[in-house]
Amino acid sequence: MSVKPRIKLDKKEAKKGELVEVKALVQHIMESGQRKDRDGKTIPRKILNKFTCTVNGKEVFSADFEPAVSANPYIQFKFKAQESGPVVLTWVDDDGTKIVGEDNITVI
Amino acid sequence: MKRSFDRRQVLTWGAGVAAIAALGIPGGPAHAKNDVEEVIAKFTGGKTPTTGKVKLDLPEIAENGNTVPMTVAVESPMTTESYVSDVLVVTDGNPRAGVAVFHFSPASGVAEANTRIRLATSQNIIAVAKMNDGSFFTATKAVKVTIGGCGG
Amino acid sequence: MLSRRDFLQVAAATAAFVPGGWSQAFAQQRLTQAELLRFEATGNVTLLHIADLHGQLRPLLFREPAINIGVGDAKGLVPHISGRVLLDHYRIAPGSPSAYALSSEDFAALAKSYGRLGGLDRIATIVKAVRAERGDRVLLLDGGDTWQNSYTSLITKGQDMVDCLALLKPDAMTGHWEFTLGAERVKELIEKLGFKFLAQNIRDTEWNEPAFEAMSTFDRGGVRIAVIGQAFPYTPIANPRWMIPNWSFGIREDELRANVTKARNGGADLVVLLSHNGFDVDRKLASRVSGIDVILTAHTHDALPEAVKVGKTLLIASGCHGKFVSRLDLDIRDRQVKGYRFKLIPVFSDIIPADAEMAATVSRIRAPHEAMLGETIGKTESLLYRRGNFNGTLDDIICDALLSERDAEIALSPGFRWGTSLLPGQGITREDIYNATAITYPATYRMTMSGARLKEILEDVADNLFNPDPYYQQGGDMVRVGGMSYTIDVDKPIGSRLSDLMVTRTGKPLEPARDYLVTGWASVNEGTEGPPVWDVVMRHIEKKRVVTASPTSRIRVLQK
Repeated sequence: MSVKPRIKLDKKEAKKGELVEVKALVQHIMESGQRKDRDGKTIPRKILNKFTCTVNGKEVFSADFEPAVSANPYIQFKFKAQESGPVVLTWVDDDGTKIVGEDNITVI
Repeated sequence: MKRSFDRRQVLTWGAGVAAIAALGIPGGPAHAKNDVEEVIAKFTGGKTPTTGKVKLDLPEIAENGNTVPMTVAVESPMTTESYVSDVLVVTDGNPRAGVAVFHFSPASGVAEANTRIRLATSQNIIAVAKMNDGSFFTATKAVKVTIGGCGG
Repeated sequence: MLSRRDFLQVAAATAAFVPGGWSQAFAQQRLTQAELLRFEATGNVTLLHIADLHGQLRPLLFREPAINIGVGDAKGLVPHISGRVLLDHYRIAPGSPSAYALSSEDFAALAKSYGRLGGLDRIATIVKAVRAERGDRVLLLDGGDTWQNSYTSLITKGQDMVDCLALLKPDAMTGHWEFTLGAERVKELIEKLGFKFLAQNIRDTEWNEPAFEAMSTFDRGGVRIAVIGQAFPYTPIANPRWMIPNWSFGIREDELRANVTKARNGGADLVVLLSHNGFDVDRKLASRVSGIDVILTAHTHDALPEAVKVGKTLLIASGCHGKFVSRLDLDIRDRQVKGYRFKLIPVFSDIIPADAEMAATVSRIRAPHEAMLGETIGKTESLLYRRGNFNGTLDDIICDALLSERDAEIALSPGFRWGTSLLPGQGITREDIYNATAITYPATYRMTMSGARLKEILEDVADNLFNPDPYYQQGGDMVRVGGMSYTIDVDKPIGSRLSDLMVTRTGKPLEPARDYLVTGWASVNEGTEGPPVWDVVMRHIEKKRVVTASPTSRIRVLQK
């Protein structure tokens, strides 16, 4: 049930060295592994535990998430525009599956 | 998740009651001991971080304990000579201290990240930044998760 | 606000108190509109400020608090002085018009002398007079809490207030109770407002982007004025979040700093914050955010006859319910405030004549409901009021009604700061009850709650009021209780302020582990069920015919 993440860059074109702001939202339950169901059984943990952003193949920002990150995780950060290329955002689930989203930046 | 509340919870005074019941994390007493000290010590290798350079921005009072906006920013030129490499965010009142670790590099341009976090109860949020020279800086912010909103 | 001669004259007059007849005498002989509005104009800009009308269109009685505790750095400072201490602080003669308008001292007796204050038709007269005098130098700003909390504003979903305010032609407003109309209605009203609704501190919950215009610039008297709006930061906590699920509030100091810088860089000579933060929050904010010349405060309903200066920032507090109009003349040169003069103009309705156009509009709006609203349902033997940090006598009547009509052991009633006052011997009309209860989430819930849970809730609300850091305060008064009593030490931290919690019915201490039947209203949770609180209160008063409330509080307050 992989859903498409939603990504917003504050600009499509940037001068070299300029900061670009990235905002991204992805649908995910972020089950903490600390809740119990009605029968008292612990609901197993299932979260997105890793996030990475690459620009033209080079990592500019990454994060490790714990269960205290809210459901449908939101992430906002910046990177320094160096070269044009795809902006690729990847989230890794506890079960090993990946959610990938992509945008583009043009450096002028 | 609201549907699984029992009637008593739904009718209780105040917004936060619903928020706490709906949390993925069971609520505990304010400032209950969790593993916050161990997690920070592991991150710093036992060094005591210096207060400063780090800015934590969270609302003083959370609107919804399920999703509290949090921004962490660290003062740094973010050059290859001097940059922030990692920022640990922990809390002292959730059952487990860990929230997130952000990884930066000179390619980030600025050491700043924003996400939304779960707070089971009123507590402190602590950010610790690791610089590329091995030094550590920190900031703390108290957030109140209220149960009785009756202002006006 | 009145000259010393004014209040000495009136003080002498009130000494020879004749019940009933003084309102007229006062109006005709002692004070005139010209005297109330007398103002030695200065500078090139006049700011007019009104705030916290709470849906009130007509003149009314409103008793200021007798208890208004300040904590932390605000302890003992205005607005945290009341009664005689307040009068002494401002050198106001007891018994004078100013004493009546600004304090709780001798309220019932002085109300008979000086009559009602407020009324949007009187405010219109004042606004027109100042505009006639000052021409294009005038900026009129509404600090919010305008669209709700009366019967007509409830049933017209704020349309009555919007239509009347349109006649006043304000330049901008911000909001708080406005949001209890729900997001769709707020957007709908703003669209047709004809002036700006400003709120720099509201973002959408999804993308964290500004949800409202943050600021607007105006050219007045050759001065470029930037007005930045600041809505009540804790709206989604103090009021139902489910009504505005996509908006996130907060104080947002950093965003405010950025907006002030933007205003200055954009050529503003004068930066005004039109705020609904509450006075203590604004006082702290003024000490931390530089570049704001004037903060027009609201929310906490403080009426201060002098401006308060924090660093270079002037703080103005204009009271509530239309009792006052603030006039602030500013001399702006070289993009700085070189001088100012301020007056908190009391809107004595027997002295200020009604503006015909506004009066006609108010009458038209009220006409279909006038008979119902004016119906007397009972009588009070005591002075009934709400304002004050703990139980007001009007809240005691509401709690009595909740307890008896909903058959519960303990009643909770919100610590709202709005609601009109009633004099001993006065008939209680349906409108009086609506004036204290008209909200969009009026259901009276009835449920069981453990003693421990109840204490936890009271502690939590007490911290919203008495947290020593204003940024953690929400600006309401303490939740009112019926069927129980307690002692509160305001200096203690959260969780340990309350002690000696006693259940009135049994005369025994509140047991943490026992379940109690609790009733209350204004729950912020969606789906709360029960009859609207005004029906419950009216039914109770109709049965009792005569109600009475003791001014002796069941709450013991400790403070060092």
